[in-house]
Amino acid sequence: MKDLDYAFAVARIRSLENSLMSNADIERLMACSDGKRCMQVLAEKGWGNGDEDIDLREMLRLEVGKTWAVLRDVSPDMSVFDVFSIYRLYHNLKAAIQLLCTEIKYENIYYEDAVFSGDELVQVIKEKAFYKLPYNMPKVAEEAYKTMLHTRDGQLCDVIVDRGAMETMIDLGQKSGVEIIKRYAEFTVGLANVKIALRAQETGKTLDFMLRALAPCALLDVNRLARAAATSREAIIDYLRGTAAGDSADLIQESSAAFERWCDNRLIEAIKSEKNKAFTAGPLAAYFVARQNEIKTVRLIVTGKQNKFPDEAIQERVRVMYA
Amino acid sequence: MDLWSNLGIVYALIGAALAVLAGGVGSSLGVGIAGEAASGVISEDPSKFGKVLVLQLLPGTNGIYGLLVGFIVLAQIGLLGGAPADLTVQQGLLILAACLPITIVGWLSGPAQGKVSAAAIGIIAKKPDQFGKAMLLPAMVETYTILALLISILAVTALA
Repeated sequence: MKDLDYAFAVARIRSLENSLMSNADIERLMACSDGKRCMQVLAEKGWGNGDEDIDLREMLRLEVGKTWAVLRDVSPDMSVFDVFSIYRLYHNLKAAIQLLCTEIKYENIYYEDAVFSGDELVQVIKEKAFYKLPYNMPKVAEEAYKTMLHTRDGQLCDVIVDRGAMETMIDLGQKSGVEIIKRYAEFTVGLANVKIALRAQETGKTLDFMLRALAPCALLDVNRLARAAATSREAIIDYLRGTAAGDSADLIQESSAAFERWCDNRLIEAIKSEKNKAFTAGPLAAYFVARQNEIKTVRLIVTGKQNKFPDEAIQERVRVMYA
Repeated sequence: MDLWSNLGIVYALIGAALAVLAGGVGSSLGVGIAGEAASGVISEDPSKFGKVLVLQLLPGTNGIYGLLVGFIVLAQIGLLGGAPADLTVQQGLLILAACLPITIVGWLSGPAQGKVSAAAIGIIAKKPDQFGKAMLLPAMVETYTILALLISILAVTALA
């Protein structure tokens, strides 16, 4: 009977799905003459807070906040969705370590709505009270902090924290007990591994560095991926052809934007099966991913329009919608 | 009134009680499940209240069917008229057996129908113009409750 707890939540999400952006809405946005007109269209759709002078960054921040508020409001168990907040939490950890070790004051470097705020993390690191942190963070934070102190290598520090985040994501996906969240975690980590491998290959990193940066996942064999990345870009593409991410191989050759778009579209296709379910947390997770996807697409379009990019360049980056 | 010399009536009453109880429990579970889904939709769009209410009420029929069989049993054994019939143990057990179809089906089909109703409420949330189709789906579950009701009524009346 536990799944029946989601009857209310799923029905409410079904109603909210009516206000998700459709592909037609995105086409309408694409047809806008400039960024200002885009902002008007978004405001008409209920985005933002009704303030006519709101900027894009603030509008999108509000939309992300609204999405989390919906999940908090309807979900009987928020721990299922921890996987979605991991990125923010580990980002704050990276920022806190960099801030402490470089002593350079930056503005707005933390996510506000993470489990631990930047200031709290700074305090934890200063007191070396790593045990207060959740998941695998005590070990990751201590290792990253010591590495940063001893080597002053910010990139290595980021690699340690990012790998910790990916391992936590896989772990939380499996613990959630929700198939779509498990697949989301595996897919996100798998594609993050591909992006890391491509970037590491471009910058000529060693095999040891790659093996340290890549997190094991079900989508790919990271050992083979790292060895391919240590060889050449073509070797990465050849390896990917034989995996579940094989469709992406040609797109990597085309452009990084085409690959990123493929990643997001593939995720949206995967979550569409949740439209048929009525008693699991799956539709809630699908709604969250769909909102993330539309917010990302809106950011791409409006930023492109504001900076007067050609429509073809923007269109290449536009994602498929869930609705 | 000596219990042991009136076991026939006792068994018949147990049959009536089970029909009413199981139907009521099945219905309340089903209506509860559908009600949660209905609340989810109304919290976002109160204009759909009428449509989701109909879907929420569909699993509620099991309780009515159980009540109906219970009434018929009470009438057949003379309790409603104030003159209890002189039933043998065998007759009492036969009436109890006649109540079993609606008892079991009413109990089990209620939650099942509630789940289908909740899912159908999801259809109304997204496509309110598909109300007719959405209503047919939980009504399919109803078919088997009605079959059980028919057998219980036929058996109870035939035994009288």
